Amino acid sequence: MSDFFTEAVLIATVAGGIRLAVPLLFASLGEMFGQRSGVLNLGVDGVMLLGAFGGYYAVLKTDNVWLGLLVGVAIGVVFGLITAVMSVTLKAEQGISGIGIYLFGLGFSDLLFQKWVGTPLPIKAFPKINIPVLSDIPIIGEMLFRHSAVVYIAFAAVPLSMFIINRTNFGMKIRAVGENPEAADSLGVSVTKVRYATLIIGGLLAGVAGAALAIDLKIFQQNLTNAAGFIAIALVYFGAWRPLGVMGGALLYGFVNSIVLQLKTLGIIPRSWSDIAAMAPAIVTILALVIVAQRFKPPAALTKPFERGR
Amino acid sequence: MLEMRGITKRFPGVLASDNVDFDVFPGEVHTLLGENGAGKSTLMKILYGLYEADEGEVRLHGEPLSIKNPTDAITHGIGMIHQHFMLVPPLTVAENVALGLKSSRGVLTDLDAVSERIVELGETYGLHVDPSAPIWQMAVGEQQRVEIIKALYREAKLLILDEPTAVLTPQEVDQLFVTLRQLKDDGCGLIFISHKLHEVLALSTRITVLRHGKVTGSVPVEGATRESLAQMMVGRAVKLAPDKTEAKPGNVALKIRGLRVARDRGGDGVRDLDLDVHAGEILGVAGVSGNGQMLLAEAIAGLRAPSAGSIEIAGTEVVGMTPKQVRTTGLAYVPEKRMKDGAIGDFTVSENILLIDHNDEHYLNHGLFDFGAIKKHSRQLVDEYTVKTPTLDTPARNLSGGNIQKMIIARELSGTPEVLVAAQPTRGVDIGAAEYIHTRLIKQRDEDTAILMISEDLDEVFGVSDRVAVMYEGQVMGIVDPRTATREEVGLMMAGVEQDETA
Ligand SMILES: Nc1ncnc2c1ncn2[C@@H]1O[C@H](COP(=O)(O)OP(=O)(O)OP(=O)(O)O)[C@@H](O)[C@H]1O
Ligand SMILES: [Mg+2]
Repeated sequence: MSDFFTEAVLIATVAGGIRLAVPLLFASLGEMFGQRSGVLNLGVDGVMLLGAFGGYYAVLKTDNVWLGLLVGVAIGVVFGLITAVMSVTLKAEQGISGIGIYLFGLGFSDLLFQKWVGTPLPIKAFPKINIPVLSDIPIIGEMLFRHSAVVYIAFAAVPLSMFIINRTNFGMKIRAVGENPEAADSLGVSVTKVRYATLIIGGLLAGVAGAALAIDLKIFQQNLTNAAGFIAIALVYFGAWRPLGVMGGALLYGFVNSIVLQLKTLGIIPRSWSDIAAMAPAIVTILALVIVAQRFKPPAALTKPFERGR
Repeated sequence: MLEMRGITKRFPGVLASDNVDFDVFPGEVHTLLGENGAGKSTLMKILYGLYEADEGEVRLHGEPLSIKNPTDAITHGIGMIHQHFMLVPPLTVAENVALGLKSSRGVLTDLDAVSERIVELGETYGLHVDPSAPIWQMAVGEQQRVEIIKALYREAKLLILDEPTAVLTPQEVDQLFVTLRQLKDDGCGLIFISHKLHEVLALSTRITVLRHGKVTGSVPVEGATRESLAQMMVGRAVKLAPDKTEAKPGNVALKIRGLRVARDRGGDGVRDLDLDVHAGEILGVAGVSGNGQMLLAEAIAGLRAPSAGSIEIAGTEVVGMTPKQVRTTGLAYVPEKRMKDGAIGDFTVSENILLIDHNDEHYLNHGLFDFGAIKKHSRQLVDEYTVKTPTLDTPARNLSGGNIQKMIIARELSGTPEVLVAAQPTRGVDIGAAEYIHTRLIKQRDEDTAILMISEDLDEVFGVSDRVAVMYEGQVMGIVDPRTATREEVGLMMAGVEQDETA
């Protein structure tokens, strides 16, 4: 155990935790937008997988990681739109349609992978950017300021989301539509438009989350996300529908994951336990969810389709 | 300013508006009167763009107008205060007002500017609210003011008020009327809906009566009386005060000692309360809302755990029981928030009526529901209480506001409970139905039920109760005899003045 508490290992664990939190942070911020407007989207993991494959394939073919991320964005937007059509316009049962998207993403990303790639070839990763001055701070600099641009973007998305939700007109409409769509409608706010917008944002961020994950791992394989999309949904509840809370949840998950990985590499956890240990992050997150989330109420209109004059 | 001509609107199985003509002039209060389900809200929702009329024409200032959604209505200066408030509870007053409006700061909110204007409007029209307070923290009367401010902020010239007084205390109604009269004098056109005839007579300039979706008459307020209006509405003479004989109180059926109940927001809402209700009497509980009446009712029903004290129903201690267990000791409960606690909107009328009896053997046949028996029972209650519904299989949310109330009251009064707790039993129901509910309450009393009736309507408290308890800040200020007490006395007690000080 004493091996673990060395400076090098601790730095690697914290830095690793931050990196592992990134895809979850993107995905759950996106899911949070949808839920704040009253739509529960269970399809996140499917969109992440499609974004992951798209991003991986684009980088494989072009060697351009930014193009990979952009492909993730495009795929995310398309599937955000599809989700919106199903749950807002067609008023499909939100749980079922989300599972449909998940299953589609799971199967289709693997199918394309088998057909177009076959053997997994590694791709280029995001370049690291050392923030001037800050990255030279001992220990902290190495933990926090020597990451790739995607990591900085993910964490910058947190205050940005807070700003959108709390300070803009659009954010006010999102909150109103998620809490009382009839009231919003009676003031001429289009419930449909607001929900389309949040679901497209959610899809976009899920696609980015997937692409970021694949490019960070430099690989694609079947079910690459390992249900991270579902953890992302849980993190929205954990974070009480607030960006900072969601970030806390993503970091908790990332750190537990990173600690388990380190303990495994150092041989502190025996090999035979590794399956159980792999479940630890999910278990810790869910337990924390149960303890934390009970005190907060979800948006009142969550999962309820809206129809005028009912 | 407004003319509606030949408006017709059909719902599955109902003709909600049948060739209705309706108009409003600037500077008048035109009241729409009618029984529950007569089509008042429907007509107003058509005007506000929430429903589309099947036939008919709307003209504003002589121009034909097509109002497809609330935005159209708002742009044409029409504002509506809905029967069920249209506010977003976690948002602040300013946010609720600003919602849907263009911000002076582009994509950013301009809540400080909005707040300033809210305060200005508040000063002009006596609508005082704190712009930064979230809605959920406010009393209903304040929420009502926010609704009016929302409409005035959008420069509404024609204001629709669908039962704005149903949830207000008498003092709040007086305040509201001051504001409304001022708006009228400023040249606004007001459409007012209420089931309380004295309010209608006090505020209106003109009254139009709807029955079964049709206009049955339109009269100026001069010369109208409560009796004449009631007659026009119901089509027969209505007794405005119920007949009743002397109560013959028996044993104590509901015994409350040292009860303390905490509020949601901290602090005790009911403080060391003692109360006895005897079998065969109606104890009316008067008081301004928010003085602990709701908490008391919920504690009795097992919906809220008291922090101290005891409640006995027919000799059984019920503190600590689940609501279902409390019911089996012989309690029937008509909750105040009937839409929330009393009915399930997506369930049909007959399912809602069955809700409390679903384990009753009458409705089970070898463990399965006996739909024949259920239908028969529901049909009987629906007819008896004149619940207006197209079929028994209509979802409850499609009923008009007052008919949902009647459905729940029918269900709760259908058994022979030991104790009945009825909170605001006639709120939102029309006078014909109110008359029937009062008669039923008295009949129930004569069958030896102990009745605790909570009401803010002093006419009801005086007309129905055998004894009147006045609640103030979680305590009983005193118990008076409605035959000898005056309204002034009770009014003072409601404001916290001790009984002997008033003598
Ligand atoms: N969305 C709807 N779907 C089906 N039927 C409806 C709907 N809305 C109203 N109705 C029916 O139309 C009729 C008129 O209802 P409305 O709400 O206009 O009555 P109201 O006069 O406002 O009554 P109350 O005094 O009880 O509020 C009722 O029979 C009601 O059941
Ligand atoms: Mg109505």
